[in-house]
Amino acid sequence: MAKEEQDKILNEVTESEYKYGFVTDIENDDIGKGLNEDVIRMISAKKKEPKFMLDFRLKAYRHWKTMKMPEWAYLDIPEIDYQDIIYYSAPKQKAKLESMDDVDPEIRATFDKLGIPLDEQKILANVAVDVVMDSSSVKTTFKEALAEKGIIFCSFSEAVQDHPDLIQEYMGTVVPIQDNFYAALNSAVFSDGSFVYIPKGVRCPMELSTYFRINAENTGQFERTLIVCEEESYVSYLEGCTAPMRDENQLHAAIVEIIVKDNAEVKYSTVQNWYPGDKNGKGGIYNFVTKRGICEGVNSKLMWAQVETGSAVTWKYPSTILKGDGSSSEFYSVAVTNNHQQADTGTKMIHIGNNTKSTIISKGISAGKSNNSYRGLVKVAKNCEGARNFSQCDSLLLGDKCGAHTFPYLEIGNQTAKVEHEATTSKIGEDQIFYCNQRGINTEDAIGLIVNGYAKEVINKMPMEFAVEAQKLLQISLEGSVG
Amino acid sequence: MGKKLNIEMLSIKNLHVSIEGKDILKGINLDVKPGEVHAIMGPNGAGKSTLASVLAGRDLFNVTEGEVNFQGKDLLDMEPEDRAKEGIFLGFQYPIEIPGVSTVNFMKTAVNEHRKYKGLDPLSASDFLKLMREKKSLVEIDSKLTNRSVNEGFSGGEKKKNEIFQMAMLEPKLAVLDETDSGLDIDALRVVANGVNKLKTRDNATIVITHYQRLLDYIVPDVVHVLYDGRIVKTAGKELALELEEKGYDWIKEENGK
Repeated sequence: MAKEEQDKILNEVTESEYKYGFVTDIENDDIGKGLNEDVIRMISAKKKEPKFMLDFRLKAYRHWKTMKMPEWAYLDIPEIDYQDIIYYSAPKQKAKLESMDDVDPEIRATFDKLGIPLDEQKILANVAVDVVMDSSSVKTTFKEALAEKGIIFCSFSEAVQDHPDLIQEYMGTVVPIQDNFYAALNSAVFSDGSFVYIPKGVRCPMELSTYFRINAENTGQFERTLIVCEEESYVSYLEGCTAPMRDENQLHAAIVEIIVKDNAEVKYSTVQNWYPGDKNGKGGIYNFVTKRGICEGVNSKLMWAQVETGSAVTWKYPSTILKGDGSSSEFYSVAVTNNHQQADTGTKMIHIGNNTKSTIISKGISAGKSNNSYRGLVKVAKNCEGARNFSQCDSLLLGDKCGAHTFPYLEIGNQTAKVEHEATTSKIGEDQIFYCNQRGINTEDAIGLIVNGYAKEVINKMPMEFAVEAQKLLQISLEGSVG
Repeated sequence: MGKKLNIEMLSIKNLHVSIEGKDILKGINLDVKPGEVHAIMGPNGAGKSTLASVLAGRDLFNVTEGEVNFQGKDLLDMEPEDRAKEGIFLGFQYPIEIPGVSTVNFMKTAVNEHRKYKGLDPLSASDFLKLMREKKSLVEIDSKLTNRSVNEGFSGGEKKKNEIFQMAMLEPKLAVLDETDSGLDIDALRVVANGVNKLKTRDNATIVITHYQRLLDYIVPDVVHVLYDGRIVKTAGKELALELEEKGYDWIKEENGK
């Protein structure tokens, strides 16, 4: 690349309003806009899927057609024309790649700009990366090292080809196709995603991480992740996202399914930084995600930790079904909204097994003209003895044009349950900022300090490298929101 | 030997300040030299805290007239954080709580911002903790306080001690202590005053703003000013404080025609 060209890119990157707002010029293998059964057959055919997959997709599609977009969330979503979306696009690639040198240089340059080290840096950091660029997987590392332990970590498409039994056994068992509008849509058209399988008694030796990236214009992104943890196994999974700037709204409807068996443990961490739209509310990603795990086995554990700063609209409730006796789940969330962003997010904890335990720590931060809602359900089944839940929902406001809302739902069917709920609302005051100023700390840094202090409980739950990124994100996403 | 320079550190000339159209300060003149301790006394509502806030750069106030020169620079032209880094420290009358932000992290950020301003590298974690220990013992503040979030859940006295601790960490040229004695019991008062006295050098200066003479038993001022109705109406030595203690502020009011 010529030096001039490099400088130009550097300028674009450093001066753009949204840090990761650039577009990679890669030929796309599109199938045109619109959705009907032929499109679904085409997606399935392009991916050379077995028949059970096509049947699954068609069944989901037929169900989806009978459904309507949910309207109960505290969100103002413009009408979405589902026929105006391209449901499949994949970067064109010649053949299976053997090494990094074979990866499209443009794609590699994009990853470099994003600061995603796909190479030795990651090896040093002990992280295996499965990069999803648009819809199909570009490169999977560490597969061999993991394979030695019997761990499967690959793209969903590969799993469909190589491990159809596992896919058939578990896909759609936690989030059934008829679960909700977006889940049905995803089930019909999902393009790719990740599959993780940890065999009995195995602790995954490294954090597994997938970077999603929406790229092609007008392309809906429909990821699907499936994590299966056999008895006494452990895995920590990291999901981080950035997307380029677009004026048109982009739809994203993902599904994450997690199955945790006896005495197994899963940590699922997310840093979500999709394009939130500009200061006037133009553009941005619509993020409608269904994430759910089932603690199927006794004493199984599932932890969700998330820092959400991106997207124009977020509709997301990572949830846990506590089925196994003595199973437990924790949900730690920081959701930031600024400018015209809207978020309706929270969790569901469904207590079924005896002596199940859940903890919910939700920290909302609203700035600009944004609206930030926490919506959470704690449900204790009739026959569930000794369930315990602690929920804490805090809201932090910057300025006086934003909103924070809390919608806690409790459905307690058993007298032995102990459920606690705490909620606070506070404001970053000019007094606090001036106090920091007077000690020599400028306003942006002061906000960063205050917000990170507020979110500390959640960030501390994240793996180290994610925590650092999350802290920076919080500060960046609130730049210019005070004063 | 060259000629002894006796430059004012702080020079306030004809300072007029208003808030929401109401005049609070109506022509303040004040000069402070390095090594000096000035006390500003006066009845409630005289404008004492306003003066402190304006020096620190609080933007609630409008400076309508006058100038403030600090170490040769136009103070009013500077952002609050730059004033701090130039060496102005405000001891708050009501120190602010910042939940979740550890005192260590807060002070480390502040100290390193000061260092950056002076072109120095940030302190290493161990050097910083060493500095913390040193200053903690100097101002007799308990580690229990510095291990907590900034001022969160502190008693009034603890907050004031924490202000003096921060002052010790930042080593300002000019400390403006706004009613630091309010809400303190006698022990806390002694700790705070001791801290201030220990931090005093030939090169720095202190402005003590107080309503009562009590604090001045411990921090002995070189000059005492009486601020009344937005003006400094009397300036004298430390004996003025005693006179005020004895006679109250009514005679000042009478002398000034109210």
